[in-house]
Amino acid sequence: MSALLELTGLRKAYPGVVANDNVSFQVGRGEVHALLGENGAGKSTLVKMVYGLVRPDSGKMTLGGADYAPGSPHEARQSGIAMVFQHFSLFEALSVAENVALGMENPPPMRALATRIAEVSETYGLPLDPSRLVGELSAGERQRVEIIRCLLQDPKLLIMDEPTSVLTPGEVSVLFETLRKLQAEGTSILYISHKLEEIRALCDGATILRLGKVVGSCDPRQKSASELAEMMVGTELTPPAVRDHELGDVALALKDVSVASSAAFGTSLRDVSLTVRKGEVLGIGGVAGNGQDELLAVMSGEVVLAKDRVLLHGNPIGELGPNARRALGILAAPEERLGHAAAPDMSLVENAALSAWVRMGMVNHGFIDWRKARGHAERVIEKFDVRTPGAGNAARSLSGGNLQKFVIGREILQQPEVLVVNQPTWGVDASAAAFIRQALLDLAAEGAAVVVISQDLDELMEISTRFSALNEGRLSAPREAAGLTIDEIGLMLGGAEVVS
Amino acid sequence: MRLEKRPTPSKVWSWATPVLAVLATMVAGGLLFGALGTDPVLAIRTIFWEPLFGEFAFYYRGQLLVKAGPLILIAIGLSLGFRAGIWNIGAEGQYIMGAICGAAVGLAFYPLEIRWLIFPLIVISGALGGFLWAMIPGILRTRFNTNEILVSLLLVYVAEQILAWMALGPLRNPEGAGFPGSRNLAQYSATSNQELIAGWGLHWGVVAALIAVIFAYILLSRHILGLNIRLAGEAPRAARFAGVNPERLVLLCLGISGALAGLAGLFEVTGPSAQIGIDFNVGYGFTAIIVAFLGRLHPIGVLMAGLLMALTYIGGEAAQASLGLPAAAIQAFQGMLLFFLLAFDVLTNFRVKFGALGAA
Repeated sequence: MSALLELTGLRKAYPGVVANDNVSFQVGRGEVHALLGENGAGKSTLVKMVYGLVRPDSGKMTLGGADYAPGSPHEARQSGIAMVFQHFSLFEALSVAENVALGMENPPPMRALATRIAEVSETYGLPLDPSRLVGELSAGERQRVEIIRCLLQDPKLLIMDEPTSVLTPGEVSVLFETLRKLQAEGTSILYISHKLEEIRALCDGATILRLGKVVGSCDPRQKSASELAEMMVGTELTPPAVRDHELGDVALALKDVSVASSAAFGTSLRDVSLTVRKGEVLGIGGVAGNGQDELLAVMSGEVVLAKDRVLLHGNPIGELGPNARRALGILAAPEERLGHAAAPDMSLVENAALSAWVRMGMVNHGFIDWRKARGHAERVIEKFDVRTPGAGNAARSLSGGNLQKFVIGREILQQPEVLVVNQPTWGVDASAAAFIRQALLDLAAEGAAVVVISQDLDELMEISTRFSALNEGRLSAPREAAGLTIDEIGLMLGGAEVVS
Repeated sequence: MRLEKRPTPSKVWSWATPVLAVLATMVAGGLLFGALGTDPVLAIRTIFWEPLFGEFAFYYRGQLLVKAGPLILIAIGLSLGFRAGIWNIGAEGQYIMGAICGAAVGLAFYPLEIRWLIFPLIVISGALGGFLWAMIPGILRTRFNTNEILVSLLLVYVAEQILAWMALGPLRNPEGAGFPGSRNLAQYSATSNQELIAGWGLHWGVVAALIAVIFAYILLSRHILGLNIRLAGEAPRAARFAGVNPERLVLLCLGISGALAGLAGLFEVTGPSAQIGIDFNVGYGFTAIIVAFLGRLHPIGVLMAGLLMALTYIGGEAAQASLGLPAAAIQAFQGMLLFFLLAFDVLTNFRVKFGALGAA
């Protein structure tokens, strides 16, 4: 295989951080090449340079033997490079065909385009109706829209940034078949992921990045997942230790909760019932957009319900708001860090007061004791190893992973009786993620009831006592997490009831 | 040249931008006055220097507090709402309604001389009038999701009609020989809001404004309600997570700003303006919006901005009188101030970078 894309000595520095340093590797024609690394290893910056979104400070790229220095994504697309982003850029109120047309340089007339979309989706096994509204599509279907938009441009190189993070196991295998077909036709694929098994199943070559530098390259089919993980992380990872302990009585229960979503294209909860016992970690899996935010809101009290829909130790509390529930010991950490769990422009001290003033006694006759708030913020920073110059810094100045540690730590250090977290380790590096998972397990071992909503199935399997899946606002009956197979989980995520 | 977002808002710039805006306004205003054929330096000097240290400063200095009082009182209320993302644009209407309600209650007692009872009563009535007028946009927003900007603004014009009706009808002075306008409330000793120290312009409205500044400062920096107000404005979802009830906050912020505007109207109608007349309102409610932003929605800032704005009013009048500058030029000058402030505001959150354009 001759090289299609060759990178030599690429470097990109941002104020205070070198995102990429002397990065060199090649992607062959018809190769599926993996770019492997933790969050913050510099994968995204690297592909943004290839796609013309970011200009390298130094270094050289060649495409098909010729010098290649794209000034914009427009130039990159004209050179035959297409990219599917992790976060979709689609208009929910427009149809599939209209969305595809918006991303094209010279869109054909709508009817011809619809025919083309139907052809391409047929050829590559990506069923999609061009006339449907994107707002009605699942995450997997939305990704197909993005892929088809790329394929219509006949790319020589397709870049995929964490494509499986929003897919069910079933959808993942459909995607892989598509990618193999493309590969067979000679299209090269640059595949970014931190999921090792996927890379071993799909890719011909891999380049491993750590802290902005290439630390190795290999044929992933020849390596075990743990070998790859060690190359990626640099140290050996210890999986969190699940402590054996007795489960107590039911702490929190939801009874047939149905809530219409207030947001357009949000997901309504339908007849959701759950119980979580003291000392238990209830894992709730599901693909993004199946009602996760709504489920957290009914437990945190941001959405109030009829009294008897929510029970704490058997007492009805459905009508209580967030602070009344905090006083009773129910705490929550929402998924969206900036703007929901924390106020971006406020300091960490103010953000500590935001959700902790009730339980930590920071407010006396309405007046805030800022010393106590600062104390809580500093304890969180210390115990959860939040990297920041000080508690007076604004939340938005923290990296995503550090803010996530702060948000989780802020709740855990209040010693909750019930803790509900959504995506607790999203965007956090592997060692910090392991730390957060361990903290959640320790909390359960001390007798708290923990509900973990996550899209990371490996995470849920690692820490859950029982597992449920959320699909289109319905929650499956829970199963003991130990002994669940990946096929069973796939069925649960797809909405089928699995009988044990 | 390009702008780069700062990781944290700059503390220095958030205080430097108002000063910079004032300087830029002086320059641009000087150019404007120059184009109108007036010596720019003299015009700026007349507006900013003469009222404080000039020949007739003994008169103008008193006027400074008289003008600044209502501006600060109204702007403090508005700034609380603006912080929370609740846009009361109709303080002018609440100001009028506060004046009417207070004056009506006071005149109902005429000619009884029980000041210890009547004066507190009209103060409460004035605040209540503004409060109730502000509750209209508040309840319409929380019940029917209407836009409080439009409703509160349009209610200003309704209030002006009511004012004219009151001046010509129910509240007209029966001994006024048919002229429009109520009895003189400043000369009726039970309602009179006179200067507390002769020549200072310090009347009860100014005292109320200073108290409001102190209360707002404590509220925003120390009280949980202040934290909730700031949260609601900066991150509405985080506010909900923190247990803030958005509807209650809308009513509270509109209520406070309405009551303070009503108070301002009451102190004006019983003091400097002295009667309910057709042209009682002179735009304090709208100018207070500029004052609130010029003061960075911060109580101390509002205090200083109110004094500065009052100075441009008084200096503007002096410039009209002594230099013959048109009133419209003075208004344009005041408008420039807000314009420059908002423009320079970018520097608080962004830093200017010079050099080659990098695709970053």
